[in-house]
Amino acid sequence: MAVQTQTRWQRARVVEVSDVADGIRRIVLAPEQPEHAAPGTHIDVRIGDGARGVRSYSVVRSEDGGRRLTLSVRLSPTSSGGSAAMHRLQVGDDLTVTGPLQNFPLAVGATRYVLVAGGIGVTALVAMASALRRRGADYNLVLAGRSRAVMAYLDDLVAEHGDRVRVHVDDEGTPLAVDDLIAGIARTPAAEGTELYMCGPIGLMNAISRSWAGHDLPATNLRFETFGSSGRYPAEEFLVRIPDLDREITVAPDTSILDSLEAAGVETLSDCRKGECGLCLAKVVDSTGTIDHRDVFLSESQKERSDRLCLCVSRAVAANSGSGEPAVLSLRLT
Amino acid sequence: MPRTASPLADTAPPATAAAKIFNYPRNAWYVAAWDHEVTGKQPLARTIAGVPLALWRNTEGRAVALADACWHRLAPLSKGKILGDELQCPYHGLRYNAAGRCTVMPAQETINPSAVVPSYPVVERYRYVWVWVGDPDLADPTAVPDMHQMDDPAWAGDGETIHADCNYQLILDNLMDLTHEEFVHSSSIGQEELSEAEFDVTHEGNTVTVTRWMRDIDAPPFWLKNMRDRFPGFSGKVDRWQIIKFEAPGTICIDVGVAKAGTGAPEGDRSQGVNGYVMNTITPETDRTSHYFWAFMRNYCLDSQTITTQLRQGVHGVFGEDEEMLRAQQRAIDANPEHEFYSLNIDAGGMWVRQILERMLKAEGRPSSAPAAGQGA
Repeated sequence: MAVQTQTRWQRARVVEVSDVADGIRRIVLAPEQPEHAAPGTHIDVRIGDGARGVRSYSVVRSEDGGRRLTLSVRLSPTSSGGSAAMHRLQVGDDLTVTGPLQNFPLAVGATRYVLVAGGIGVTALVAMASALRRRGADYNLVLAGRSRAVMAYLDDLVAEHGDRVRVHVDDEGTPLAVDDLIAGIARTPAAEGTELYMCGPIGLMNAISRSWAGHDLPATNLRFETFGSSGRYPAEEFLVRIPDLDREITVAPDTSILDSLEAAGVETLSDCRKGECGLCLAKVVDSTGTIDHRDVFLSESQKERSDRLCLCVSRAVAANSGSGEPAVLSLRLT
Repeated sequence: MPRTASPLADTAPPATAAAKIFNYPRNAWYVAAWDHEVTGKQPLARTIAGVPLALWRNTEGRAVALADACWHRLAPLSKGKILGDELQCPYHGLRYNAAGRCTVMPAQETINPSAVVPSYPVVERYRYVWVWVGDPDLADPTAVPDMHQMDDPAWAGDGETIHADCNYQLILDNLMDLTHEEFVHSSSIGQEELSEAEFDVTHEGNTVTVTRWMRDIDAPPFWLKNMRDRFPGFSGKVDRWQIIKFEAPGTICIDVGVAKAGTGAPEGDRSQGVNGYVMNTITPETDRTSHYFWAFMRNYCLDSQTITTQLRQGVHGVFGEDEEMLRAQQRAIDANPEHEFYSLNIDAGGMWVRQILERMLKAEGRPSSAPAAGQGA
């Protein structure tokens, strides 16, 4: 279950398109350099220039050693062009894509698995559910949506997984009651060994996270994928002062403290660069704004104290963001 | 003049079923241990198909196979402690659950969500713990080779494990052709009729069957003793059979026995005989070492622990002779790198086995010849 994150762009041809639910298009790609896509993988698709021109889509199905990769794309009403471009694709069109990238691997050996999909989030869980069925694992697939018409693959999944599937439909009056679901998991003898994999709207994922923590279930057993880190505040420019080195560095909205320090020639220590390992931790000497931690290394109480932060992901926002005065952070590096 | 390796062999080993150091498939179930060897008391370190594993049981009694290297600095988890449902690294105390997820990082308040060690699919069946070290999404629990005699109430017996200093295919060759019994096991089960009798070879899917009947012969010492256990005072000629069944990648169950000559055993009536099953399953450890799990099961005198012990000791002695031959053969292979294998007619069973394994390796995109010495898996 190695994590694959290496980006290698290649061409892929569209070999099939069809509609699988209202507003959801199924797109089958034949990549030039096929590679089997394990459950949990996604591919990045280039639809424009730079980092903003890249979209990530879960691989719903990988066939024939990755020679056919199925994606499914929901046409977003607020789309900045990504999903609309994907919906315009026709058989024979070429795309620039990466190979399969993995940061949502399915573990082997959990006592029980619960997969929870909200809306289009089902795309990340279809292959996982099939793998669990083949392995003979104990699993449930929970599918939640606004209406059956917008729930992709619903009939296929019910046919494949039978009574392991629980369907919750808002407009049928059977919405997913998150706390009932998590309380149910917590009551089973297998609670400590149950892994929950979730993919869906941020509101659903936050509700599951809160309920999971509220029932004292092991944090490490709650599995989800975040496509890019998200903070409590939008990223804005701020200043970092390092009194020990007598340096002041500006951190632009699209870069990190760590990147800015490195670019300025300040020697730093780091490893994961995604807020997990805690190696780049720095002491906060003073701050004129609010710190938006964005890491998973510090605990909630440590974040409240805010006397340390992770250089790789943490940011500052001005206390009065209308004033135009950027926040100033004073740090002591290790 | 010996057949010598092609000058190209150094760079591109030929894909041949007669490879001397045979590669092993990874997408397969292998026995990692006897069920009683895997406990909730302390982890067991064992390398299976080139993958070092820490084997243990959680509080449900379920066997777990984790990679034997901590996520942090790769310290061997098999030297750690089992604490309930978790295995604790002996170095910095990180703990892992059955899925390989890190659950405790002692020196911090949170746990890095990426911290995980591979957990491999495990099935417990036929008194063995089977593991799958290849692609976990291909691990079908129904594909475990049939060894049902191991825990079927109609059969009784026991076995042992040999740590064999040879490539696993040499053991499969050994078991698929039993004419070697005349020369290697002359004091117990060998007799010249083995080489004289004709044999049939059939193959289907991932199985190969070699059948040999020897009619109206004297029972060799091992079989005379067994006949007398069931038919006290027996003397006279017997009809003897060996039906060798291979199931990929490394299981060979041999239906063996003798019956009073002319009482209809070849036609299916074995009531006047004794029947055993030699249960063998071979797990490659490295290119040049193997775990050889065997048992001798019988379907008569089921309640006699004495006979179970005697048969286990008897087969232990016989297989000790094979172990010595296989070690010597591996040494000779390594000492004669310029020489290739030739085949005889008696190798038909073993060559079908190699052909099936070659097909499995090809499906994994790997050659049948293992890399040069020292490179391991």
